Amino acid sequence: MKILVCITHVPDTTSKISFTDGNTKFDKTGVQYIIGPYDDYALARAVELKEQHGGSITVLNVGEAETEPTIRKALAIGADEAIRVNAFPSDAFFVAKQIASVAKEGAYDLILMGRESIDFNGGQVHSMVGELMGLPSVSPVMVLDIEGSTAKIQREIEGGKEFMELDMPFIAGCQEPIAEWKIPNMRGIMSARSKPLQVVDPTDDGVQADVEVFELPPAKEAVKLVDPENLDELVNLLKNEAKVL
Amino acid sequence: MAALAFVELEEGQAKKSSLEAVSYASEVEGSVTAISFGQMADGELDKIGAAGASKVLHVTDEKLATPNIMAYASAISEAMNKEGSNLLVLAKSSLGDPVAARVAIKTNAAMATNVTELPDTSDGFKVKCSIYTGKAFAITRLSSEKKILGLKKNAISIKEDGGTAEVEAFSPATDDGDFKVQVTNREKATGEILLPEADLVVSGGRGLKGPENWGMIEELAKAIGAATGCSKPVSDMEWRPHHEHVGQTGVKVSPSLYIAVGISGAIQHLAGVNSSKCILVINKDEEAPFFKAADYGVVGDAFEIVPKLTEAIKAQQG
Repeated sequence: MKILVCITHVPDTTSKISFTDGNTKFDKTGVQYIIGPYDDYALARAVELKEQHGGSITVLNVGEAETEPTIRKALAIGADEAIRVNAFPSDAFFVAKQIASVAKEGAYDLILMGRESIDFNGGQVHSMVGELMGLPSVSPVMVLDIEGSTAKIQREIEGGKEFMELDMPFIAGCQEPIAEWKIPNMRGIMSARSKPLQVVDPTDDGVQADVEVFELPPAKEAVKLVDPENLDELVNLLKNEAKVL
Repeated sequence: MAALAFVELEEGQAKKSSLEAVSYASEVEGSVTAISFGQMADGELDKIGAAGASKVLHVTDEKLATPNIMAYASAISEAMNKEGSNLLVLAKSSLGDPVAARVAIKTNAAMATNVTELPDTSDGFKVKCSIYTGKAFAITRLSSEKKILGLKKNAISIKEDGGTAEVEAFSPATDDGDFKVQVTNREKATGEILLPEADLVVSGGRGLKGPENWGMIEELAKAIGAATGCSKPVSDMEWRPHHEHVGQTGVKVSPSLYIAVGISGAIQHLAGVNSSKCILVINKDEEAPFFKAADYGVVGDAFEIVPKLTEAIKAQQG
């Protein structure tokens, strides 16, 4: 089974978010970058599926050279080879075009990625790749099992889940509890250094959603503490001050 | 030329978030056509009309009665062409998100999601999108002629004086290729208020010590008509189902009021709630980081405070 896992290179979930250059650029100072947490689930499930069914894992990132340590980490976790499309991931449409272009060359049985990136939270790329390739895409996937050429999937929906079956190939956007995150071991880290990482040029597709400027939410006022013996006052505040009850 | 709004029906009822989409489209374009699939309960047409749509394209084809992402995307693209719509508005959801992304490719539209406000059309078309899991916003310019907007909950309030909508039967072409995914079963909590839709949310954390103590959370939620949520450790330990997990890797909520009980407020949890209009934190540890993100706080034992708060609310409700 050939699996393609698409990963994002994103600020750690605990990063302080700030901007520079007149709020037009993300401030990378002191920020640690990681494999997107949802992508990390996709990668972990790919490693398990490869253990069960054999095959290979290719990891794909659309990003500039700075993302290579993140890609190497994915190789250390268990991917066999990597492809980096050498371009800034400007919007979902552009990224989906790049992924579809690479995926069409590779005859993959499964294309996995996270349900969304944790920087732009769009959650559009898997569906766009599916549409560009004429394939089904399913997200957010919590359970993914393969039997023969058929997949059994549980997808989260509001207030519950949906059980589905479909034939490979397809695209899945993954989330917990599809697999446990895997931590690379020393052997993985050593072998990742020599695994192939191919850099390819992007297609010349344009960008349709262009960020002009970033904004931070207004600073929060200090919390108003209410005496636990005076909960009537709390109800009054929620009703008449905050007007939310 | 009318804007198109996708109205999801849940057991025949138009979802509140979908009515927000109708009202949003009406504010932007004036004329709005809605599209809905499957059985529609009595009175829903009036609500969709009041929210701002003048027409509802109603798809009653049995094959499309249950949600099907690929087939709905095809039908909605066809409807956009038929209506000459350059704008599609829908609410973010497990159905709306994938449908919108597919329609964007089919119609060559520019798409923005997690939209929190009406667009700025003074110079082109710019929308404000919530990014970094609610920690920032991106003012995003959409350059294509066709545009698709996925709304975050509470981006706009639902209109009640829009007008009346007429129903038009709509039978989109169906393609066998759109039926590759077979939904074998659907498990859904019934009779509960759905968390992503809820205007009020009561969430419990590890401070509640065990699933057997959730009764008081449910009582409080019931008293104010809220949905129940929980922190990640709680869903990891299976005290509560995964679909109640609020946070960075769970459900992101934007209710009017979020009540957090016995949740310390790890940054990953805050990421799921920071779009709430008002946050009330109840925790025995006055140093809990959640108090820094809260509007109101009560320091003390949740096991005493929550039942008393429920009583106080009931008393004031008379």
